[in-house]
Amino acid sequence: MEMFKYVVKRILLMLLTFFIIMTLCFILVKMLPLTNLPQDPALRDIILARRELMGYNKPILVQYGIFLQRVILHWDWGIGETMYSGREVVDIFAEKLPPTILINTYSLLFSVPIGIALGIFAALKKNKWQDHVVSTGVMILVSVPSFVYAFLVQYVLSFELNLFPFQINSGTAWLSPSMFFSMIPAILSLSFGVIAGLTRFTRAELTEVLTGEYMLLARAKGLTKGQATVRHALRNAMVPILPMIIGQFISILGGSLVIEQIFGIPGVGPLYIQAINVRDYNFFMMLSAFYTFIGLAATILVDISYGFIDPRIRMGSRK
Amino acid sequence: MTDKIETGNIPKEKFEFAQREQALHDVKLDTKPIGYFRDAFNRFKRNKGSVVSAVIILLLLLYAIITPIFSPYSATFKDGFYSTVLPKISAKANGFWDGTKRERLGEIKYDYYSAVGQETGLNPLKKEYGTVLSDDGLSTLYDVKLDTYYKVGCQFLDLKPEEYAALMKYQNDNNVQVIYPMTEESKRPTAYRSDANYWYRTTGSRGKADKDENGNFVDIYMRDGSDGGVTDLDKYDSLRIDGDDGTLQYAFKNQTGYRVRVCYYRYFEYVNGFEPCFVFGTTGNGQDLFGALARGARFSFILAISVSLINMIIGAIFGAIEGYYGGALDLVMERFVEILSGVPFIILATLFQFHLSNKVGVVPSLLFAFVLTGWIGTAATVRTQFYRFKHQEYVLAARTLGAKDARLMFRHIFPNSLGTIITSSVLVIPGVIGTESMLSYLNIVNLEGSGTTSVGALLSAGQGLMSTDPHVLLFPAVFLALLMICFNLFGNGLRDAFNPSLRGSGE
Repeated sequence: MEMFKYVVKRILLMLLTFFIIMTLCFILVKMLPLTNLPQDPALRDIILARRELMGYNKPILVQYGIFLQRVILHWDWGIGETMYSGREVVDIFAEKLPPTILINTYSLLFSVPIGIALGIFAALKKNKWQDHVVSTGVMILVSVPSFVYAFLVQYVLSFELNLFPFQINSGTAWLSPSMFFSMIPAILSLSFGVIAGLTRFTRAELTEVLTGEYMLLARAKGLTKGQATVRHALRNAMVPILPMIIGQFISILGGSLVIEQIFGIPGVGPLYIQAINVRDYNFFMMLSAFYTFIGLAATILVDISYGFIDPRIRMGSRK
Repeated sequence: MTDKIETGNIPKEKFEFAQREQALHDVKLDTKPIGYFRDAFNRFKRNKGSVVSAVIILLLLLYAIITPIFSPYSATFKDGFYSTVLPKISAKANGFWDGTKRERLGEIKYDYYSAVGQETGLNPLKKEYGTVLSDDGLSTLYDVKLDTYYKVGCQFLDLKPEEYAALMKYQNDNNVQVIYPMTEESKRPTAYRSDANYWYRTTGSRGKADKDENGNFVDIYMRDGSDGGVTDLDKYDSLRIDGDDGTLQYAFKNQTGYRVRVCYYRYFEYVNGFEPCFVFGTTGNGQDLFGALARGARFSFILAISVSLINMIIGAIFGAIEGYYGGALDLVMERFVEILSGVPFIILATLFQFHLSNKVGVVPSLLFAFVLTGWIGTAATVRTQFYRFKHQEYVLAARTLGAKDARLMFRHIFPNSLGTIITSSVLVIPGVIGTESMLSYLNIVNLEGSGTTSVGALLSAGQGLMSTDPHVLLFPAVFLALLMICFNLFGNGLRDAFNPSLRGSGE
């Protein structure tokens, strides 16, 4: 029950934060001058009718009320004004979501096992040369921005070795093998950072657990080092690692703006960038809401899952 | 010690008072006291990786500051003919970093470059490795080392009469051939009508060299009366190329002045006073990459260091007030921070660009965006430190002695968090540089009009040239990677030095 109350409280707080951010965002966007209408008269009429419906010449707060009403009751985020002429923002967004989710899921499926395995390996070989090699690699991967090694991946694998195409295949056959093949460079580029982060985290957690007194006890009771590590140390080390992975899973929805841009993935990231470049505020509002929501959701999911996985962690004690 | 002293029964008279006259309790220690920073510095020195990265950061910083001042190329320097030339460390470089690349040429191109070399004396074919037969066995391919500076060869230029006269004077004074005879347009290959390097007879539209029976090129120079529209012959009064009997024409009068054909390498030397030599090569629009990267780096450094300083100040004050007073104020401020940190940075940066870039400029609005959320981390650190120290006895003692809140906060408690603040401020710098590069790479922040460039913009320009001229991408990418690695190593070293108990822990 206490847990339930905690969860509800966190979710309500999150929704409040989300609402405040969206309000500010809406006001700031509405304070900007309207974009020019397109030349096409039919499209112009549609956009004008839409703007009239959303009350574009009323005070901003009234507009916000209308906006909230449209969004909540009709899930209507407006239409594309300067891009995707006149089509529903929500429809376009739904089209762009699958590649983003897919590519990030692949990357996570690839990087989580590798990251954890490397972390365990480094922790078990602590302060030996293997550990130093892994730690140095992690240090480099964590420091270098992902788009720099995306260039490296693109240059080495796609250009020098000519193994993969420069950009992913066009079309919408997301699950076809050839599409997967063309996604590999992007998946690799996305994975390095996750692998490095996870390795570092796992190593830190596991080394701490391995020095615990109960490990000594386990060994004293006659368990072999392997048994003690797998049955006692790993389980405890997983307590903070699992929430981190859960958080990653939520963040994959947000995807990576830069990687998607570099590899020509027609996902949410390029949509956002295009919306900024042509100043389409309806798209901008929807995507801002999306990114904000993802960020907030990831944070509270991590916090809540901490509570579920390890009841010792006091409710609300984590910020 | 071989002979042990019987400690049990030493006669009383053997004892002496050591310091009977001196008062020891208020005497300063003989050894030098080691202060907080001295102690941290001593620990930092022992960390070899951090010291090395500190040195590298310093070198990169010097590069960013010094290069724009001493570079022979100005910020606006652009040379369309020398676009994407390869890096050349010095004008006399030979063999390594010398602006050459190995290429496999077909016969037409091979003749073309040989002809350039033969005419101007600057042979683009630095080295010939031999020939191979093409896959279909019909033609010969030449493996050569091609000089990207010399291969520009001759170019047509339109000069004003006074420029033309000055160039002739330069030729006479220095005895250097810059202007070469004009060629007859009708005899140039149809596909390359405006290419100034076809000074030899060709057949076909693609410009296959049409050599004489001895295998020599046959020139298509403009001679007296050979092509229409030639006037002002007598205006040319300067060096003539070998084998010129005085009939070759060196200029072509047009509306604004003269159209001449110059050896571009020599012409560059004439205009700038030094031979073309770009240490990192040039970008796609002929910018000197060495200088552009330094300007981008300087911009990144200035931005990141200002962000870091402003964050440090705001974060320190905010965190101090929050941590010291606690209670309701703390709760309200925490909510405020929570909302602020919930805004994804990319959206914040975009909104700031939308609203402010027209009013205060691109760079200040970027700075505001960084500052608006950047101080949160510092504030949290300071707050934690205040919670830890505000109830300690020495604070109570100071308060009893009459110290005011501000004095307690900034003289007594705040110095405890100095180490952590310095560390986090240093670690802010690579974060800002990385994010700024990303934003300018994505063109969310467009620095074009603001007179500076950014590493991200260079990366984005280099990306399109990856398959043909990887060096345009390589240098900015390596610079950024090196900078980020060094800053993180340096920051970690600082953290270990200031707070040895945290050594080796992840974040």
